[in-house]
Amino acid sequence: MATNAGKRWRSWLVEYRETRQGYVDALIELAAADDRIVVLDCDVAKATKTYEFERAFPRRFFNCGVQEGNMMSVAAGMSLEGFIPFATTFGVFATCRAGDQVRNSIAYPKANVKIGATHCGVTTGGDGASHQANEDIAIMRSFPNMTVLAPGDYQEAKEATIAASRMNGPVYLRFGRDKYPVCPELRDGFAVGRAKEIRAGNDLTIVTTGILVTEALAAAASLGERGLGARVLHMATVKPLDEDALLRAAKETRGFVTVEEHSIIGGLGEAVAGFLSATLPRPVRRVGMRDVFGQSGRAAELLDLYGMRARNIVDEALALGIGETH
Amino acid sequence: MTLTTALTIEKNTHLRSKAAQIRCSIVEMVHRAQSGHVGGSLGAADLLVALYYHVMRHDPGNPRWPQRDRFILSKGHCTPVLYAILADCGYFPVEDLQGFRRPGSHLQGHPYQPKTPGVEASTGTLGLGISTGAGMALAAKLKNEKHRYYVLCGDGELQEGQVWEAAMFANKYKLDNLTVIVDRNYQQTDGNSEDVMPLDPLGAKWRSFGWTVQEVDGHDMGAIVEELDRANRATGAPAVIIARTVKGKGVSFMENDAKWHGTPPDGDECRKALEELARGI
Repeated sequence: MATNAGKRWRSWLVEYRETRQGYVDALIELAAADDRIVVLDCDVAKATKTYEFERAFPRRFFNCGVQEGNMMSVAAGMSLEGFIPFATTFGVFATCRAGDQVRNSIAYPKANVKIGATHCGVTTGGDGASHQANEDIAIMRSFPNMTVLAPGDYQEAKEATIAASRMNGPVYLRFGRDKYPVCPELRDGFAVGRAKEIRAGNDLTIVTTGILVTEALAAAASLGERGLGARVLHMATVKPLDEDALLRAAKETRGFVTVEEHSIIGGLGEAVAGFLSATLPRPVRRVGMRDVFGQSGRAAELLDLYGMRARNIVDEALALGIGETH
Repeated sequence: MTLTTALTIEKNTHLRSKAAQIRCSIVEMVHRAQSGHVGGSLGAADLLVALYYHVMRHDPGNPRWPQRDRFILSKGHCTPVLYAILADCGYFPVEDLQGFRRPGSHLQGHPYQPKTPGVEASTGTLGLGISTGAGMALAAKLKNEKHRYYVLCGDGELQEGQVWEAAMFANKYKLDNLTVIVDRNYQQTDGNSEDVMPLDPLGAKWRSFGWTVQEVDGHDMGAIVEELDRANRATGAPAVIIARTVKGKGVSFMENDAKWHGTPPDGDECRKALEELARGI
C-alpha cells in the first residue's frame, strides 16, 4: 500500500488501473446492449480512451474537434431526440471552458447527458496547472439537477458509468489520467447517492471521494496503530450527498477528515461541513488542494507536494484533538 | 423532406394579418410584464409566422409528435414572438401569456423546454441554439427521420464563438436537415452591429464554413416562404438564410431604434403601438 511510501505511488503488491479505462470499458459494454448510447469527444479521444469506443462503434462516435462548448449543446440536442450522449473531454474543459453550455443546455433543462471528464486532479501530472481540474466538483455541484460522481478505482469507474446511463438526467463523471490502485474494499456494489463504509471505527470518520480512497484507508490503518478508530466513508457520489451515512457517523464518531484530490474550496469537504454544521456539528478538517494551482510533475510527487497522502490525513486526524476512547 | 407550396394571394394576406395580430400580442405581453424584448420580437414576427402557419408541419394537439418539424429560438430573449404564436396555435391557453416573466408561470424570460409545450430547446445565453439544433438534426439523421430543424439566431449572436463551432460541426456532418435563419437587423444592445463588432461580409463567412447561403427580405412573406422552401430542397449541406429585418417592425416609433431592444413600452406607448398594428389585421 502507499502508506508512508514517500515518493512511491506504485507497489508490486497492488494492481493499478486507469479510471478512464473503466469509463470506456463500460461504454463499450453499454453500447452493445443499448442503441441510444452515443459518445462525443473533443479531439482528445486518445487521451480519454474513447478512441476504443470509436473502434467498436464508429457510427456512434462523434469527434467534435477542439470545441467543448459546442459539444455540450450538441449532446443536449441529441438527448432531446432520445439518445444518451456521453460528452467526453478533460475536466478543465468540461467544466470551465464549457461551463455555460453545461449549465444552460444540460443542467437547467435536465438534459439526459452524461459528462465524462478525465484528467481531473493534480495526478494529471506533467501538463501542469492549466490541465489539472481542481475545481470541477465545486462548479458541478453548484449546478442544480447535476449528479456528481467521483469513483475511486477502475471497477468503480465502470460501475458509476453504468449507473449514470440508467439515470434520467445530467451526470458529471470524474476520472483521472494516472493508473490508480485498485481498491478491493470498494467491491461492495455501487449505488448512486450511497456512501460505502469501507472501514469501521468509532472515534473519527474519514470521508473520501475519488482516487484518494486508498490513501484514506492507509491513514485509517495508521491511526488504528495509534489506538484511534477511524471509520472510512467512501463517497463516490459527491452530489446528492449521502446524508444518512454522514449523520450516523456524526452520532457515532467525534470528528471528520475529508479527503479529495480537489480544491478544499467547494468540494466534498465543504459539502460535508455544510451538512454537518446544520444538523449535528462536528469538527471537520479538509485534505485537498489548499487554494493553489498545481504544477508539472509526476502524479506521486504532486500528491506529496500538495499534502494529499496518508500521512497528511493522519496529521489532520490528530489535529482534531480526539483522544483514545478505549 | 418538407415541400411547401408557394403562397396564394389569399394565404399571403392571411399570413400578413396573422403577423399583425402576433405583433399586437407581443406589445401587450411586454407591456403587461414591464419586462422583455419587444424590438427583436417584432422584427422576427414575419419569419416565425411563415414558419408556424405555412412551412412547418406541427401539431399543437400533439406537441411531441415525432414527425413534426422543430423550431429553436436561439435568440432566446425574443420569447414574446414565440409565446404569442405557440399560444395562438393552441399549444397552451392564450391566458397563460399574462404570466409572462412572472413567478409561477411556465413562460420564462428565455425558452425553457421542460415546462412550455411547443418549446423544443432551452436557450438564453447566446450561441446555444445552433449547436443544440445541430445535435438534434444529427440525431434525426442517425434515426433516418425526415423532419426538419429551423434555428433562428440574432445577428449580434453571431459574435459568439460557439456559433462558428456549430457551423463547422453542421458542415462536417452534412446536416442538410438544418436551416439557420439569421435575423439580420444590424441592431444589438449597445448599438449598430457593425460598430459593436463587425459581421459583414456575413454571407461570405457562412459560405466559407461550407453552408448554402440565401438572403431574403425578412418582411416579404412570399419571399420568406420561397427561400425556406429552397433551403428545404438543398441537399448535402446545411442552409443559412440571412433575413434582412427591421428591429421593431410594424411600430413606427420603435423601428430601427436600439432603445426598444429591452425597454418595455409604457401605457401610452403600448396604446399607440396597438392602434398602429391593428390597422394591419
